[in-house]
Amino acid sequence: MNVYIPTPFRKLAGNQAYVQAEGRTVREVLEHLAQRYPGLASMVFDQDRRIQAHINVYLNSQEIHSLQGPETPVQDGDEVAVIPALAGGQVLTPEQVMRYSRHIIMPQVGPIGQRKLMAAKVLVVGAGGLGGPAALYLALAGVGTIGIVDFDLVDLSNLQRQVLHQNDDVGRPKTQSARETLLAYNPDVDVQLHEAPLTSDNALDIIPRYDIVINGADNFTTRYLVNDACYFAGKPLVDAAILMFDAQMTVFVPGQGCYRCLFPSPPPPGAVPNCAEAGVLGALTGVIGSLQAIEAMKLILGVGEPLVGRLLLYDALTAEFRVVKVRRDPKCPLCGDDPTITTLIDYEGFCGAPFPGREAS
Amino acid sequence: MTVEVRLTASLQRLAGGQRALQVEARTVGELLERLEALYPGFKSSVLDNGQLQRFVNIFLNDEDIRFLQQLETPLKDGDVVSILPALAGGEGGR
Repeated sequence: MNVYIPTPFRKLAGNQAYVQAEGRTVREVLEHLAQRYPGLASMVFDQDRRIQAHINVYLNSQEIHSLQGPETPVQDGDEVAVIPALAGGQVLTPEQVMRYSRHIIMPQVGPIGQRKLMAAKVLVVGAGGLGGPAALYLALAGVGTIGIVDFDLVDLSNLQRQVLHQNDDVGRPKTQSARETLLAYNPDVDVQLHEAPLTSDNALDIIPRYDIVINGADNFTTRYLVNDACYFAGKPLVDAAILMFDAQMTVFVPGQGCYRCLFPSPPPPGAVPNCAEAGVLGALTGVIGSLQAIEAMKLILGVGEPLVGRLLLYDALTAEFRVVKVRRDPKCPLCGDDPTITTLIDYEGFCGAPFPGREAS
Repeated sequence: MTVEVRLTASLQRLAGGQRALQVEARTVGELLERLEALYPGFKSSVLDNGQLQRFVNIFLNDEDIRFLQQLETPLKDGDVVSILPALAGGEGGR
C-alpha cells in the first residue's frame, strides 16, 4: 500500500512523497518501510523499536491511537501517513493533529505549515460581510491570532450575509459576537478585539502587531487609511470590495503597488453607491471573504501565487472570474518614486466623508 | 472594430442596466463617445474634463489603459474593455 512521507522525511525516502510498503498491520508496514529506508527507521522508531511519541501515524486519515494502535490491520489500497508532530520545536497536541489533519496531510501544508498558521497573526478590518467569512475560515484553519476591528452593533439587516452574527446577536457589539462565534468553532484561536473605529490616531498602533491585514471595510475613508497604514507598517494587505453582484480582490505588498496606484482618488460622495443604497447578494460576501482568507493563508504558508499584481474580478451573474493586471504606479503619491504622502493624513477631508462612527466634522 | 464593453455595478445603471455591450470604436476615447451617444450622461461619470476620472479604471483585456496609450489606446476586433469604478461596499450611511 501507499505510505505518505511528509516533506521533512522525504530526503530519507528517496525524495518521494509516496512509497510502497507491505504488511498486514500498521506496525508491519512501518517495519517494512524501515527496512527499505534505514534513514527513516531512526526517525520513526526508538531503540526499543516502538513508534516514537512525536510521530503520528494515520491510516486513511485516522490517527491510529483512535484505532488499534500499531496493531491496526491494514488492507490493500489503504494509505498510511507518517507525520511528525514536532516542527519548530513545539509539539502539536493529538487533538490538533486530528483537528488539522486535512491540512497536515497536504504536501503544501504539512505539520510545519500548520505550525506557521498557528503562529500567524492576521488582522481583519470589519466583522461584517467580508470580514465574517474571512475570519471564520482563518479560525477554522487554526490561525493563532485573529484581530477584529469593528465598533458597530449587530443590525437585523446584517443577518442577510454576516456569518459571524446570529439572530440573538442583534443589538450586541459585533466584536463580541464575532469572538464568541470564532471560539465556538475553534477554542485554540486567540481572538483580539479592537472595538473602536480605525482612524489615523490608532491605525499605526494596531496594524504593526499583526503579520497580514484583511480589509473588510465598507467605506472609502477606511479603505484609504488601511492602505496607507499597511504601507507604512510594511504589512501585506488582502483587499477586496463588493457591490450588488460584482467583486474585486487583490493583494497589495508594500513596494509592489497599493490601492492608490489603482484608484488615486476616491469618488466624490454619492458618485458610487454603497451596499445600503444599491444592495449586495449575501453569498457574494462568502465567496470573496473566503478567497481573502485563502490569500492570507497562501502568504503565511508561502505557497501558490498570491494575487499580487493581479486584480481578480468576479461577476456573480455570469459566474465569471477574470483577472486584470495591476502594477505599482511610479507616480503614486504613497508608494511611487517620489512619494508625497509620508504619514497618515486627514482621510475624512480627502474623501469628503467622515469615518463611520465619528460625528461628521 | 467591434469590441465588448463590460460595466461594473454602478455604471450599469447609466447604460440602461446593461452589463455587457458590443460597441464599434477604434480607440478607447472613441468608445466612450459611442457610449455617450447611446446613453447620454455616461461619459461624465467616467471622464472629467476629457481625462479619465481617478476613481475609474479602464482595462483593455487585462491591461490598465493608463499604462498603454490612455484614451488613445487602439482597439481590435474581439477586445474586451472593462470599465471599473472603485467599490467600497458596505453600509456607509448610518
